[in-house]
Amino acid sequence: MHQPHAQPRPSIYYRYQVHAPWLASAHPAQPRHPVVIAGAGPVGLTAALELARQGVACVVLESELQVSEGSRAIVFTRRSMEILQQVGVAERVSENGLPWRCGNSIYRGQRVYRMEAPHDDDDRFHPMINLQQQYLEEYLIDAALAHPLIDFRWGNRVAEVVQEADFAHVQVDTPEGLYTLQADWLVACDGARSGIRSAMGLQMEGASYEGRFVIADIRIDLPLPTERLAYFDPDWNPGNTILMHREPHGIWRVDYQLPLDEDPQDALRPESLKARIDAQLAMIGFAGTPWRMDWSSVYSARALTLPDYVHGSVVFCGDAAHMLPIFGVRGANTGFQDAQALAWRLALVARGVAPRALLATYSSERVGAAREIVEEAGKSTRFMAPPTRGYRLLRDAVLSLSLSEPFVGPLYHWRTSRPHAYEQSPLNSTHDDNALFEAGPGHGAPPQNVRLGAEDFLLDHVGGHFDLLYFTDGAAVPAPLQATAAAARARGLPLRIVAVGRGSGPVAGADLLLQDSAGRCRARYGVAAEGAAYLLRPDQHVCARWLALDAARLQSALDSALAISVPVESR
Amino acid sequence: MSHNSPSAAAPALDIAGLESVYETLASAIDAVGPDKTELFLVKLALLSARQIGDAQLLATLVASAQKDL
Repeated sequence: MHQPHAQPRPSIYYRYQVHAPWLASAHPAQPRHPVVIAGAGPVGLTAALELARQGVACVVLESELQVSEGSRAIVFTRRSMEILQQVGVAERVSENGLPWRCGNSIYRGQRVYRMEAPHDDDDRFHPMINLQQQYLEEYLIDAALAHPLIDFRWGNRVAEVVQEADFAHVQVDTPEGLYTLQADWLVACDGARSGIRSAMGLQMEGASYEGRFVIADIRIDLPLPTERLAYFDPDWNPGNTILMHREPHGIWRVDYQLPLDEDPQDALRPESLKARIDAQLAMIGFAGTPWRMDWSSVYSARALTLPDYVHGSVVFCGDAAHMLPIFGVRGANTGFQDAQALAWRLALVARGVAPRALLATYSSERVGAAREIVEEAGKSTRFMAPPTRGYRLLRDAVLSLSLSEPFVGPLYHWRTSRPHAYEQSPLNSTHDDNALFEAGPGHGAPPQNVRLGAEDFLLDHVGGHFDLLYFTDGAAVPAPLQATAAAARARGLPLRIVAVGRGSGPVAGADLLLQDSAGRCRARYGVAAEGAAYLLRPDQHVCARWLALDAARLQSALDSALAISVPVESR
Repeated sequence: MSHNSPSAAAPALDIAGLESVYETLASAIDAVGPDKTELFLVKLALLSARQIGDAQLLATLVASAQKDL
């Protein structure tokens, strides 16, 4: 019998609420569910909200009775905020988070590298924003509870999964015992220690690193801006690295690397934590400033991914699919992109609009992204926590050189999580004009945001369905394009025509008209002549673009985007 | 920088190139092992010196490398 922790977790800044478990005995018998999501972390909840928005009901199973213990993920990227905007919680994150854009690397008291992430006037969100994970989960749960298509169940832990040909029996353990539900699809968002992944015996590929870090959240009043601080090889922790980030509510995250031979449990003893945090504060000039511990944990860097995220009716997402180093904020920020990439495909497959083959492209796109991240994160990890004598020598040589030779500065760059461009995706059109554009987001790329007004941006208006951005100064979308769009919609494909006008009158046949009077959108999308178009997938990524669109090529791009193979003669 | 930067004359090493040098050297040091690391690095310095072809410039580089040890 599953007995989740029933007391509110301790915290000096967050008030935990313990919720009542969902019990099968209090509910009528259930039909087979289209989608069951295991895990109500940021990734599972984002997937649930996207699915619900796209009209697919889902059950969310959360083994605990309250949100996550400790701050965990605290840095969210601009792309994550754009995804969170899609599911309706970005405003609350913006209201309560701390935005930032600069990172500093410090060695022997000298700032040897500073990175300022660009903030474009066309971007709605800052490059980064800091907020403790509990708050983000709370906002996402509030949104999920408000959605009639999401059936949220506290205190429900997946105990066993038995797969049939085209569905799964999911045995769920609760405080009153087991019950079974049937799901066409089970989405495993149950985190880095995924019980579903272990039970299925799936092996991850990649590297584990020996370096261990203590993660500690303390309440302290430090008169420092919200910027990333990385300290290398300080006297109190020779050879090792310390990271500091400001969080809301007067909390600071302090991550410090442990000597290789140290036992992680020893490192979490209060006296050990105190001595080291005091030493770090003394080093940065705040010896004796009072502080209080909130939460601490030990972390070791891994760069691993499953080679395939779809196994029968079970689909893996977020940390359950891959474990990525925290350097470069790659955990949750990668997971949001997984959830977004999965949800629209799963919605179309569950509704019978697209073939199962579409889900295989979720796996290929996101495994590709994870492998790229593993490669990039490996570089940062080898710099932050050198795994061998050779890497340590090189790192130490760079530290020493950096005091007088700025050319090595970029080696401190920690390669922040960025949105992946699916350049090789099989969903990209093969009959469009992608290669002929001189600017703008290309095949598979995430969209470029554009400011349309004081508080009005392009990405406020697209996503959750296919969007055809049609650039026109005319009074109507050409009839053949309207007919192709109407036929696609009649087959169940969610497609909107978004006319991007030039400030003139209404555009007949468009579902939405955006005015681009200053031509800013045209400039950023490399549009030189009217009649050009971009097709954005429901996750907003570009899958086709044309200098001059016609109905036949629109149809071809829509077929490609759904992984529908079209007989050669009909092309 | 306290000396005349050699990078003004030499072809610029971009960030990708710098990262590649970093990885190559780290792997080579691991491959030759602790006993032979010094010998390996001095051989590499001599080979680089021949490539630079300027003894005076090399002396400035030596001085730069001696700083902040």
